[in-house]
Amino acid sequence: MAKITYVEHNGTEHTVDVANGLTVMEGAIKNSIPGIDADCGGACACATCMVYVPKEWQAKMPEKEDMEETMLDFAEASNEDSRLSCQLPVTDELDGLRITMPESQH
Amino acid sequence: MGKDIIIVGGGQAAAQAAQSLRAEGFTGPIRIFGDEPHAPYQRPPLSKKFLAKEIGFDRVELKPESFYTDNDIATHWGTRITEIDRKGKRVLTADGQAYDYAKLLLATGSRVREINVPGFEMDGIYYLRNIADVEAIQSHFKEGARLVVVGGGYIGLEVAAVAKKHGMDVTVLEAAERVMARVVDPIVSHFYERVHREEGVKIETGVTVAGFEGESHVTAVDSGEGKLYPADFVVVGIGIIPNTELAVECGLDVQNGIVVDENCRTSDPDIFAAGDCTSHPNGIYGHRLRLESVHNAIEQGKTAAAAMVGEEKPYNQVPWFWSDQYDLKLQIVGLSAGYTQAVVRGDPENGRSFAVFYLKDDTVIAVDAVNRAPEFMMSKQLVHKKATLDPARIADESIKVKEIAQG
Ligand SMILES: Cc1cc2nc3c(=O)[nH]c(=O)nc-3n(C[C@H](O)[C@H](O)[C@H](O)COP(=O)(O)OP(=O)(O)OC[C@H]3O[C@@H](n4cnc5c(N)ncnc54)[C@H](O)[C@@H]3O)c2cc1C
Ligand code: FES
Repeated sequence: MAKITYVEHNGTEHTVDVANGLTVMEGAIKNSIPGIDADCGGACACATCMVYVPKEWQAKMPEKEDMEETMLDFAEASNEDSRLSCQLPVTDELDGLRITMPESQH
Repeated sequence: MGKDIIIVGGGQAAAQAAQSLRAEGFTGPIRIFGDEPHAPYQRPPLSKKFLAKEIGFDRVELKPESFYTDNDIATHWGTRITEIDRKGKRVLTADGQAYDYAKLLLATGSRVREINVPGFEMDGIYYLRNIADVEAIQSHFKEGARLVVVGGGYIGLEVAAVAKKHGMDVTVLEAAERVMARVVDPIVSHFYERVHREEGVKIETGVTVAGFEGESHVTAVDSGEGKLYPADFVVVGIGIIPNTELAVECGLDVQNGIVVDENCRTSDPDIFAAGDCTSHPNGIYGHRLRLESVHNAIEQGKTAAAAMVGEEKPYNQVPWFWSDQYDLKLQIVGLSAGYTQAVVRGDPENGRSFAVFYLKDDTVIAVDAVNRAPEFMMSKQLVHKKATLDPARIADESIKVKEIAQG
């Protein structure tokens, strides 16, 4: 389990416990945290679950696969901190993670 | 007169509308009726990861139960609405309870088309639309079991892929001359036929099922031309029918779906509809569409919610869809009907990654991308803009996707 803080674009913070095995995306959806749409439900098909993850945390996460990399490359408002949150499985190592969300996913 | 908003149907569009109503600031009562015993869930995994037992129900449900209580949304799962009384502005449940509405949303979705050939009522013949269907199908998942899939559309092919991964002996029977014939160019059909064969699935096209053999449990599928396909179980995926009966019976305009405008309003100004059950105008293509996709259900759910609280967020988007089979992610943007030229980027004959651009007189109207995220993401914009493209530039992989439209 990990305590994750989701920061909305307007600065509103939500800190929740997310079980191992779920993804960072599911942690937001299950706790009704706004800011992540996740239209495809985690199939890595829609790019509406984009979040910004600080570099030091990315080191504790799986590397981007090609699909994620190229989707991000084309997603609006993406930068080098961007990840698709449905591709980020939660582990104990992510305890204390803080991510920010874009203004809109579309 | 109350302010109640009632939502009939407990699927993707219904859940989205409920969420969007609260996001739009609606504070009045919301009630959802869904005839399945579950809270709304995602259907795509039913033929993918959930069928493969890679994820459980907790990961397919759209919102946890707490979402509905926290947002003060009254839920009536396992309750079917059987009548809409437009004069009295109320709906009736199967057991005769009446609920008043100020505004009503029909998000009744669709149901499977059944196959009406001799033997169709035998045990061991399944469809795939809901959780209960998956559980029934999974009870036959055994290594070496013989599965015959009737219908080579997305769902049938996804089931075939999952069953093959579980070590079953899988045959797909398709009535048309090629799989997925309704939606993609032959290039894409033949690609999928090749991959399924490489994976060990038998694909038989041009086969119309004439009946099922067996005593009480199916033992074979009969092609009607003297050929029998032995089966321990059968999954039929031959299309869907929109659930429009409630709308028809209360006199709403229904033509291949509940007719709505770009704000999801039906022919009754207090009744709205969203998702698989609607026929809606699409400005990009200039005609009405009835779509069966998550994107359509989500976006219409948002639009209907806005309209019910007096906002206008007209729905006018490029449709998109995906399908997962083996290591292939197919992402489809737009609708290819009426295309004059299909231009290929990549090598569908040998590889497992390519895209097909559908042009109608130089304008791109749709793209099928197989393991090609750049083409998929870029084409969403190109189709929306109705970009004119040069076929030679599309086919030239030395030109970056981002630069296809230039030059
Ligand atoms: C196996 C499968 C795989 C799919 N894969 C994909 C995919 O990969 N990508 C994609 O984009 N789309 C996919 N789809 C399609 C997508 O799931 C649907 O388009 C989407 O679910 C439509 O949402 P909806 O809310 O309109 O309808 P539904 O999800 O069908 O929900 C409608 C609900 O309302 C209930 N209902 C109907 N009438 C009443 C009544 N009178 N009273 C109470 N309740 C009622 C129904 O039982 C149902 O639970 C798939 C569908 C299936 C079945
Ligand atoms: S939820 Fe669709 S890509 Fe992450």
